[in-house]
Amino acid sequence: MDAYKYIGQPVVKVDGKEKVSGAALFTDDLEFGPDLLYAEVVEGPHAHAMINSINTSEALKVPEVLAVVTGKDFPYNFGLYMNDRYIFAQDRVRFFGEQIAAVIARTPQAAIKGAQLVKVNYTPLPKVLGPLEAIAEGAEILHPDLMNYVHVPWFFPKADSNIAHHRKIRKGEPDKGFEEADYILEDTYEVPRFSHCAIEYHAAVAKYDHSGRLTVWASSQSPNTQRNLFAKALAPLGIRHNDIRVIAPHVGGGFGSKAGVTMEIMAAAIAMKVQGHPVKMMWNREREFYNTYQRLGVVAKLKVGVKKDGTITALKHDLYWDAGAYVEYAANVVNAVGLSAIGPYNIKNVSIDSYCIYTNLPPGGPYRGFGYSEFLFGLESHMSRIAKHLGIDDVEIRRKNMIKEGDLTAYGAHMNPNGLSEAISKVAKEIEWGKKIKSKNPDLAIGKGFALFWKAPAMPPNASSSCFLKFNEDASINLLISGMDIGQGLLTVMAQIAAEILSVPTSKIRTENPDTDRNPYEWQTVASHVTWSCGNAVRNAAIDARDQIFALVARSKFLPADSLYLEDEKVRCRTKPDFELSLKEFIINGIQMDDGTYRGGPVLGRGIFMPEFSSTNADPDTSQGGHPNVHYTVGAAAVILEIDKQTGKMRILKVVEAIDVGKALNPSLVKGQIVGGLLQGISTVLYEEMKFDHRGKMLNPNFTDYKIPTALDIPLEIVPIIIEVAQPDGPFGARGMGEHPMIPVAPMIANAIDDALGLRIKSMPITAEKLCLEILKNNK
Amino acid sequence: MKKISFLLNGEARSIYVEPNETLLELLRDRMGTKSPKCGCDSGDCGACTVMLNGCTVRSCLVFAIEADRQEITTLEGISKNGLSPLQKIFLEHNVFQCGYCAPGMILSATELVTKNPHPTVHQIQEAIAGNLCRCTGYTPVIEAILEFTKQEQ
Repeated sequence: MDAYKYIGQPVVKVDGKEKVSGAALFTDDLEFGPDLLYAEVVEGPHAHAMINSINTSEALKVPEVLAVVTGKDFPYNFGLYMNDRYIFAQDRVRFFGEQIAAVIARTPQAAIKGAQLVKVNYTPLPKVLGPLEAIAEGAEILHPDLMNYVHVPWFFPKADSNIAHHRKIRKGEPDKGFEEADYILEDTYEVPRFSHCAIEYHAAVAKYDHSGRLTVWASSQSPNTQRNLFAKALAPLGIRHNDIRVIAPHVGGGFGSKAGVTMEIMAAAIAMKVQGHPVKMMWNREREFYNTYQRLGVVAKLKVGVKKDGTITALKHDLYWDAGAYVEYAANVVNAVGLSAIGPYNIKNVSIDSYCIYTNLPPGGPYRGFGYSEFLFGLESHMSRIAKHLGIDDVEIRRKNMIKEGDLTAYGAHMNPNGLSEAISKVAKEIEWGKKIKSKNPDLAIGKGFALFWKAPAMPPNASSSCFLKFNEDASINLLISGMDIGQGLLTVMAQIAAEILSVPTSKIRTENPDTDRNPYEWQTVASHVTWSCGNAVRNAAIDARDQIFALVARSKFLPADSLYLEDEKVRCRTKPDFELSLKEFIINGIQMDDGTYRGGPVLGRGIFMPEFSSTNADPDTSQGGHPNVHYTVGAAAVILEIDKQTGKMRILKVVEAIDVGKALNPSLVKGQIVGGLLQGISTVLYEEMKFDHRGKMLNPNFTDYKIPTALDIPLEIVPIIIEVAQPDGPFGARGMGEHPMIPVAPMIANAIDDALGLRIKSMPITAEKLCLEILKNNK
Repeated sequence: MKKISFLLNGEARSIYVEPNETLLELLRDRMGTKSPKCGCDSGDCGACTVMLNGCTVRSCLVFAIEADRQEITTLEGISKNGLSPLQKIFLEHNVFQCGYCAPGMILSATELVTKNPHPTVHQIQEAIAGNLCRCTGYTPVIEAILEFTKQEQ
């Protein structure tokens, strides 16, 4: 048993008191004084149209309007992985509600009035609202400049098409694999778009002062990435990285929506046109739905061949993604799924084609799960259907094919150590798999569903983290990192890592959300990778500080450095039990020698982490050869679902989920992620549904018509199970798990419906209304 | 513009308000009271919850002028003499994640336990059903309130 004092403990969140007291400040809570200006965007009323002219003269006559900016002011493109996006629309709009201009005024009311008076003349163009339509012969091309966009080397756009990227995997001999199969199941699964629904809107305030300094306060998962993209996009205006400072207050929910750069760049750009004034740009609930990233939709064609005993002989997975009008971030969702769409299985013969397709709908982008929820819906539905056909148990077919440590992934890299087998066993036991439950009420049907999941962080191979650790006189610590606490508890867990190594209690460690001037670099808080990556940087910084402490004590107290250790904020010596020296006695002001001189000085730890083994170099026709994913986090989940056959209404009687987190640095926070993530997953299956009309306009951009669950809509019983098979390169063995809880939910519920009613639903969502109609149609 | 006077977190305040100004706008933009948040501006999410004479209301649906001669309490008012026992339980149980819904959620929970010290699970669910939370899945909130009512017994 490990003897950790802080690691593995349910430490209270370091920002908990701010949040329960109301003291926590979010971007819109900050005050900027009487000189603050407000910006309001002008939105295009077409899904696809050429912009002929923009007339701003009436808007400029509105009292208190200072300026109007349009795409002409910023003829620059930008993007995270592919520069296909514009600050304001240039010659055309590509989705309903796209920003064309902004009006800047002294009051929000004047800005809104001005925005209503901007006259835009359009010529509508044919539009494509679905991925298959967009790749059909003769489809309207959305981005004629596609081949000119700068992009990362692992993207492969197709000329004269709407395919912005095609990730292709070929492993083994898929054709031969299907020939060897005793049974082949082939079907199509559809998953529509979803919205993140963070309760806090996007918000950004920017000020370009008269010294040429651009400061941006933004609700963001990605302060450093924002600075980088602002600096690159706005470079023609004469601004450099060190002129830009991004400050990230608390974030009121992210889930991917506040990763990368979206509306914040408008605030940054506008500020440069009204030098000297802070400018605020606030989104509202409607725009949260139609003008931020949405989760991508997908049409997935899946073919799996198996032997009679359930052994998979081949898999072919073709995924057509509805990636929206701009795919600078979405294309990497498509890429990540292309690499991982075999699921957590050991399959020798594989063919995967994952297509990133432009459509005239809002830009797709990162959403908790990063495409894995979407492809697992089909794959894990398929596994249960195959089991049923063969007469094999659902759990057994998964156990037979599951990936093990050292097995090859679809792209030929070795699978990391993992506890998938343990997760399967524990979930099956807890849900009493195999034991049927029957309701006494004839209107109620009860079924059980099972699903496995896996997910790797999707990130560039050189995504890195760093940390500065500085001591104060009383041996308290300021831990400077740029990983964001977006509620998951990153700051707390980072404090626990430093606490463990330096024997300083977490209550004496202050770590706050970053300011890019003060805190060292972090790529972004995405991909469930910061506990692992930023955690390694913090560990390295703490070890660096500890080494400095030991070296100082060794040379000033004449003790062997390797005999020293830390305990309760003191340095102790294994070979000299009565020696002890409190950190606070020397950590800033050094140790005095017999001659009155001092040795030492402030102890400053420095730590960095970059996964130097990761590479995206691979054959583009097969994806073999690289190591694009650093590791996978795996798990299993199961549900007991009760269905009212008269209404289609479903109730979750029990849900069990086991995740191999490597090491639960803070089990209270891990369980929080599981319980919260499960409900977000359940919500996408049972309640949420975006409605678009024939014009591509979203019809229900509000919480009245787009439903997320309330406290009355939760499962009756939730059992989170933590599995700990250490990640060898993780801090104390930890790996990420923030996104994972929601990703097995959709297939698990679809499988439970099949178990209860013998009815297979192959498209999401599965609302009560939809299920009720299916029950009627199928006489169930 | 009309001058209104009201008690905000126990302090007497007077201010001129516009007829179309909401209580949420008044509190956040002109009184410096930032704990009520805006999450929908249409009464769906509950992030703007405050207490009007001890009863929770959605401050985005209440006109500022309606606060005239009334008593308004926000989370700042609950916290000003130190965390309440209920807040302490929310803290110790690591209930909240992003914390954006916390001010409204805590006020709804406070109203519940004040009026009904021993609620059932269903009564707790109903009491907080108007406060949307995308992070926690609600279970930790419900468990913390139950824990509080047990301690109070």
